[in-house]
Amino acid sequence: MQLHHHLTPPEWDRLAGDPDFRALVAAKRRFIIPATIFFLLYFFALPVLLGIAPALMRRTVAGPLTFAFAFALSEFAMAWILLVLYVLRARRFDEMAEALVTRTRERLSA
Amino acid sequence: MTTQTLVMFGVFVAITLVVTYWAAGQSSTSRGFYAAHRSISGIQNGWAIAGDYMSAASFLGITGLIAFGGFDGFMYAVGWLVAYLAVLFLIAEPLRNAGKYTIVDVIAFRLRGRGVRAIAAISTLAITLFYMIAQMVGAGSVVDLLLPHVGYTPAIVIVGILMMVYVLFGGMLATTWVQIIKAALLLFTALTLSVLVLAHYGFSIAAFLEAAAHLRVEGVATNLLQPGAIFNGTHGALDLISLSLALILGTAGLPHILMRFFTVPTAKAARSSVAWAMVLIGVFYLSTSVLGLGAATIVGQEHIGKRITDTQAIRYIIRHPAEQHDLNNDLRKNGYLVPVRNSNLAAPLLANALGGGLLTAFVSAVAFATILAVVAGLTIAASSAFAHDIWWSLVRNGAGEEQEYVFVARLTAVVVGLLSIVLSIGLREQNVAFLVGLAFAVAASANVPALVFALLWKRFSRAGAIAGMLCGLISSLALIVVGPAVMGTHALFPLDNPGIVSIPLGCIGAIAGTLLLRDPESEAMYAQLHVRAETGIGAEV
Repeated sequence: MQLHHHLTPPEWDRLAGDPDFRALVAAKRRFIIPATIFFLLYFFALPVLLGIAPALMRRTVAGPLTFAFAFALSEFAMAWILLVLYVLRARRFDEMAEALVTRTRERLSA
Repeated sequence: MTTQTLVMFGVFVAITLVVTYWAAGQSSTSRGFYAAHRSISGIQNGWAIAGDYMSAASFLGITGLIAFGGFDGFMYAVGWLVAYLAVLFLIAEPLRNAGKYTIVDVIAFRLRGRGVRAIAAISTLAITLFYMIAQMVGAGSVVDLLLPHVGYTPAIVIVGILMMVYVLFGGMLATTWVQIIKAALLLFTALTLSVLVLAHYGFSIAAFLEAAAHLRVEGVATNLLQPGAIFNGTHGALDLISLSLALILGTAGLPHILMRFFTVPTAKAARSSVAWAMVLIGVFYLSTSVLGLGAATIVGQEHIGKRITDTQAIRYIIRHPAEQHDLNNDLRKNGYLVPVRNSNLAAPLLANALGGGLLTAFVSAVAFATILAVVAGLTIAASSAFAHDIWWSLVRNGAGEEQEYVFVARLTAVVVGLLSIVLSIGLREQNVAFLVGLAFAVAASANVPALVFALLWKRFSRAGAIAGMLCGLISSLALIVVGPAVMGTHALFPLDNPGIVSIPLGCIGAIAGTLLLRDPESEAMYAQLHVRAETGIGAEV
């Protein structure tokens, strides 16, 4: 059954207000909003520090490796760690969405 | 070397033409032509996204920027990888759930009306064109160095015709597979060269970094691991922040990348394609940094340049009479080698130093394949923007036969192909990563605010979308025109990249337009878009 063909405008509104849908959106936002703020802060810390603390950025931390270069390399690790965390967490979002779709389908065909 | 390059490139072309022949039967409908029947798997799409992203600009441009700018060049690579987090968190899944063939579908889902679609389609075409110019300039510099006997114009014509064949006959399915094959080749090449660079230093990372930190360029001690080689002076920090903004947000507005999310069956597959792409792209950029530092230390900055002949030197001086003195000095000193800052030739010359003619031929062939594949990807994005968003939605109002749209899409592909051949002649000496940076600024300023607000902000109105996209598009283009890239030292706007001004302007336009003109009709549609985007109910199959 093509679910959306059976959904009238009031039905869409009803779904948008459904507690399970709201729980799904809230669960997603609980992860996505902090993660987005974190990655933006972590990324922009690099160019901003280059502007305001050039001496710190030019300091070497391991052999000839500068703090700036080490920071830049850590951005790769940061991106990959957030990726793994999101992919793991998203399995739960998929389950929640699937349950909602199944329930709606049953409700409409009943 | 020319023959070897041509043979290897010929093998790539032969394989991809077989793929195109196989795909040809499956592109007779819009769904087949633009979206490959949504039959691409997450992992395949991840490779294809990586292929679209690892362009000539990334491979040749980033390697060159790192070879000359060291750490500052590496910032491009960092920005381009981290940018995928924005795509992953905010764009990929809702886009797949709510769109049909293009990002304009998502923006115009509840913001109905011709104005929104028209402006979104125009900015899509503008971004694609900018990006295309960058790719073609990359093609030009490779041809100049590596295939002097073929010549610039015939080589560009060959690239243009092949690209049209892929797109015309194979549609999205062929373009995707060309991209996957190319991504594998390019990653293999970059990794091989990186291993050779490290082998040159006896696999001692310490020795490699020491060499990069203690470089002598024409007698002056240079440390490539220190920041400040490119972004320096009064506006250096601001320029870098502005560029970073454009890189981080721009990816989420690139039409040819976002279009790929419509080729997979579900939002889950869209997510796994971003995951694969982020792994592949990250590994690729780490290896380009090895290549860049390797080119600077092994080849030497003063040996990275264009080898030119007498007639080329004379022609160059006619075009740039002011540089005659410097050029004569360079020619005397280096023997027909003209050093060009930010050279795109660092990677092929590094290959020559490490593995001689055969390796250079291989790297050149891969660089050609890269340009060809990315240009094909851009062409299909441009043709879907025109055929689907302008012709189907605006001119024909959704009426007419399926065949007509596929025909218009193919026709657009031919026009775009011819246009890019023409544009690529004469646009040579710019660094390609820089040009791509400009495409990102337009994408980040015009498309991204509208896309994100359309998905997340219930009150967002048609007036807001139109004002936001116009502000972003016009301000980013205008600031580029009055900036140092076009006006040189007399620039009215001091920064190379307009992002720091044009992105906020795009957002302010969107917010102001929304607050000034309410739009109850679009607001009422929000529930539907929101439920679709988050759950996948009603997603196009």
